[in-house]
Amino acid sequence: MISTIALLLCGPAAFLATAILAGTVGRRASATRLVYGAALAISIALLVIVAGHLAGSPGAVSTITLPLGLPWTGARFRLDSLSAFFLVVVNLGGTVTSLYALGYGRHELQPHRVLPFYPAFLAGMNLVVLADDAFSFLLSWEFMSLASWALVMAHHRDEANRRAGYIYLVMASFGTLALLLAFGLLAGPAGNYAFDAMRAAEPGPLAAGAVLALMLLGAGSKAGLVPLHAWLPLAHPAAPSHVSALMSGIMTKVAIYGFIRVVFDLLGAPAWWSGVVVLLIGGLTAVLGILHALMEKDLKRLLAYSTIENIGVVFVSLGLALAFKANAMPSAAALAFTAALFHVLNHSFFKSLLFFGAGAVLTATGERDMERLGGLIHRMPLTSFVFLVGCVSISALPPFNGFASEWLAFQAILQSPDLPQWGLKVIVPAVGGMLALAAALAAACFVKAFGITFLGRARSTVVEEAHEVDRWSLAAMAVLAVLCLLAGILPGFVIDSLSPVTLTLIGDRMPVQTADPWLSIVPIAESRSSYNGLLVFVFITISASLAAFVIHRFASHALRRGPAWGCGFADAAPAAQYTAVSFAQPIRRVFGSFAFRARETVEMPAPGALEPARLKLDMHDVAWETFYQPISGAIDYATERLNHLQFLTIRRYLTLVFLYLVILLLVLALWP
Amino acid sequence: MAVIFELAVQGAQMLLVLLLAPLLIGFVRKVKARLVRRQGPSLIQPYRDLIRLMRKEVVLADNASWLFRVTPYLIFAATWVAAALVPTFAAGLQFSWTADLIVIVALLGSARFFQALAGMDVGTSFGGIGASREVMIASLAEPAMLLIVFSLALVAGATQLSTVAAFMSSSEVGLRVSLGMSLIALVMVAIAENARIPVDNPATHLELTMVHEAMILEYSGRHLAMIELATFLKLLLYVSLISCVFLPWGLASVGAGPEALAFGAAAYLGKLAVLAVLLAVFETAVAKMRVFRVPDFLGAALMLALLGTLLLFVSRSL
Repeated sequence: MISTIALLLCGPAAFLATAILAGTVGRRASATRLVYGAALAISIALLVIVAGHLAGSPGAVSTITLPLGLPWTGARFRLDSLSAFFLVVVNLGGTVTSLYALGYGRHELQPHRVLPFYPAFLAGMNLVVLADDAFSFLLSWEFMSLASWALVMAHHRDEANRRAGYIYLVMASFGTLALLLAFGLLAGPAGNYAFDAMRAAEPGPLAAGAVLALMLLGAGSKAGLVPLHAWLPLAHPAAPSHVSALMSGIMTKVAIYGFIRVVFDLLGAPAWWSGVVVLLIGGLTAVLGILHALMEKDLKRLLAYSTIENIGVVFVSLGLALAFKANAMPSAAALAFTAALFHVLNHSFFKSLLFFGAGAVLTATGERDMERLGGLIHRMPLTSFVFLVGCVSISALPPFNGFASEWLAFQAILQSPDLPQWGLKVIVPAVGGMLALAAALAAACFVKAFGITFLGRARSTVVEEAHEVDRWSLAAMAVLAVLCLLAGILPGFVIDSLSPVTLTLIGDRMPVQTADPWLSIVPIAESRSSYNGLLVFVFITISASLAAFVIHRFASHALRRGPAWGCGFADAAPAAQYTAVSFAQPIRRVFGSFAFRARETVEMPAPGALEPARLKLDMHDVAWETFYQPISGAIDYATERLNHLQFLTIRRYLTLVFLYLVILLLVLALWP
Repeated sequence: MAVIFELAVQGAQMLLVLLLAPLLIGFVRKVKARLVRRQGPSLIQPYRDLIRLMRKEVVLADNASWLFRVTPYLIFAATWVAAALVPTFAAGLQFSWTADLIVIVALLGSARFFQALAGMDVGTSFGGIGASREVMIASLAEPAMLLIVFSLALVAGATQLSTVAAFMSSSEVGLRVSLGMSLIALVMVAIAENARIPVDNPATHLELTMVHEAMILEYSGRHLAMIELATFLKLLLYVSLISCVFLPWGLASVGAGPEALAFGAAAYLGKLAVLAVLLAVFETAVAKMRVFRVPDFLGAALMLALLGTLLLFVSRSL
């Protein structure tokens, strides 16, 4: 009998085989269909294996040690409830993305630059989730980073993409460095790099704090925590759209997996202040991410910034879980942790859906700039409908799935009065306010994204020629839209299937939800709070249909088409419509002065002069200017200074080597 | 049998909010007119307006999409469901556990989301200006509302409105500064959410400060009737919310008999009348703000709600 983990490892192996095959036949016309078909089949097979495992014994652990990697540890892999959940996220994403790419990938001009790296990327993400020692974890992590870097560089003729790829590479290396140091601390002086040994060891408070900080740097930079997010809105949109969906929807989740694995599983009991740190960073990330998204007029960059917001929401829930866990409040911790995992799942659904929609718009019009789109709802009715579902879901509106997970997060926040520490007591409600602010701004952002792209009148001629996309892409988006609705109206099933994970990592679980009458979800007690997405959905459907029926039956159903009423000012040109920038103007005036140091100046012409008045807008990326520019400036300065070391004579080099040797020996001699 | 009675009470509540909402608006308008010594339209004028609108044909802009035609029904349905879930004359109704206060706020958010989208559908500048200002106001009003929910949940230990109302009518609650702050903040949020003076003026069309009316400028006939009715329902919802949380006296408790229900209904009507008069007096007494003063107004509400929450922590631990 072959174990589940061995079966699962065949998946990445098959992905790698596909990647090698794609490298050899990548230039053939049939290669696109072959590679994405194979990736689809492998992803479905992995999903089936994990589903079988979860249906049989969800809490069971399955391990394997391969004679690879570090000689004294081997390459260890392990399937437990946490990795099973993230395997579902990764392979569900892989399935729909491959389905989408079967249609979308045909528009790729240079498929051989994408095809070999796509299955390799999927293999890397699967291996990260399964790895059970630091060496294989880091190797898989780097493999995932490099494969996605190659995909970002697929369209490298574009200058902006090259820059994005460079920054991504630098940040990914930095993140891996932080992870390497974190695992070094966890392994301790004995250097035992297996996760089992790390789990058993209990690091001191100083080491634990350092590991937390390093994980926030390492996994946080991959997930896009502020201020380590700078690469994300550059790199995610630069890749082909289906890869953007994978990077934003799935790879950020793998980063969250890394954080959870180390901080909740390997690190042992958390200190209460670790919750404060994670909460504050999460809240800040959520608000700043969505504010950046609101200011954006490139559709794919807007989606990338919104990913940062959602990562912030997940980290707020994780911070709450840490705080509750540190104070021995397991049921509240289980609630917060469930909210985090539920949001991870939801975000993978709707962010993939939205990137697919952006890809469909890109295929149909060749445009990512919203200021040149508009009125696509008439040309692409099906795409616009599924994109609307994605927008409603991500804006946390009932009865869709984004609301269900944010509602759980709010319920977890309401548990905070029982926390003993003053710091937490004061910070948690404030972070709750930030979460609500981020949710409201997200709704504003996606009103803008949908309204400017799909509604109104066409802003350029490319829209006039747009057509609905192919069936594969539509099918993939429709699957995700249905999943968004189902997870929203039947959240109890999702919550119950997350209970093995919370039982393993928190030691407690939320009450069984699917047994509640009418499938409502009740985190603590019915008299306290409850939500029934199914009934809300049914009520809205019934009352809307009832209203429409009554009105069409008993009142007028006459309808006449006429020109839009411009209040006497006929604005014939579509350019006179509201644009993405003008839509964001009120919010920019409220939040822009501190978030972007935004300043507007009006240049008025002299009286009698004929030139138009100009409005000048000055905005800054504060994180970039505060953190990145000084560092890169310092590196530039240092390399400039050190440059002349490259042009010395051989005598001077020998002197330098000799001096270095002397210093080393001195240090060794004086070392206590 | 008991279930049928419960369902009947729930149905009565749904019909009651639907029928009362135009009357509340008519009453507010009447009082406002009398305060400035006008005769004012009759109390039932809003009903007549709605019927007249429903009989008229719809004039649809040439490039309006299917979304524009579906939105009025969605807005109406979401607002109606939300309004029917707030306890009016009785707490603990059959379906009151469907949604807590956070869900009710979010349902109104769904309605607003679609309203803003519909405003942008035709592609006129008026729709855009209304939608962009509406989302700006919402982005401040929603966090303020959530913080109010937090402080209520801290006091009552629940976000379920029936439980909150039961707690607030019990003797445990006492006089608290935080609750006063929450009340003020809630009133400010309610004024902003309902596009009342001083945030927006419901009586004008075509002013540059307008928000709500600009979004629905393209609507006519039955579509406009649906949106107007939803607006009326939203005002009724907020008035019911304030009276159920802060004036819960007379609210029939869970499983009450017909006498208690009748008493609850009478008390509810009385509370509505009082709050409507207060709203009318307030609206007559203040002037409309510039649109970029609204963030300050709502920021004050946000800060009050946050202060109220923090004060609760202080008073709890002392």
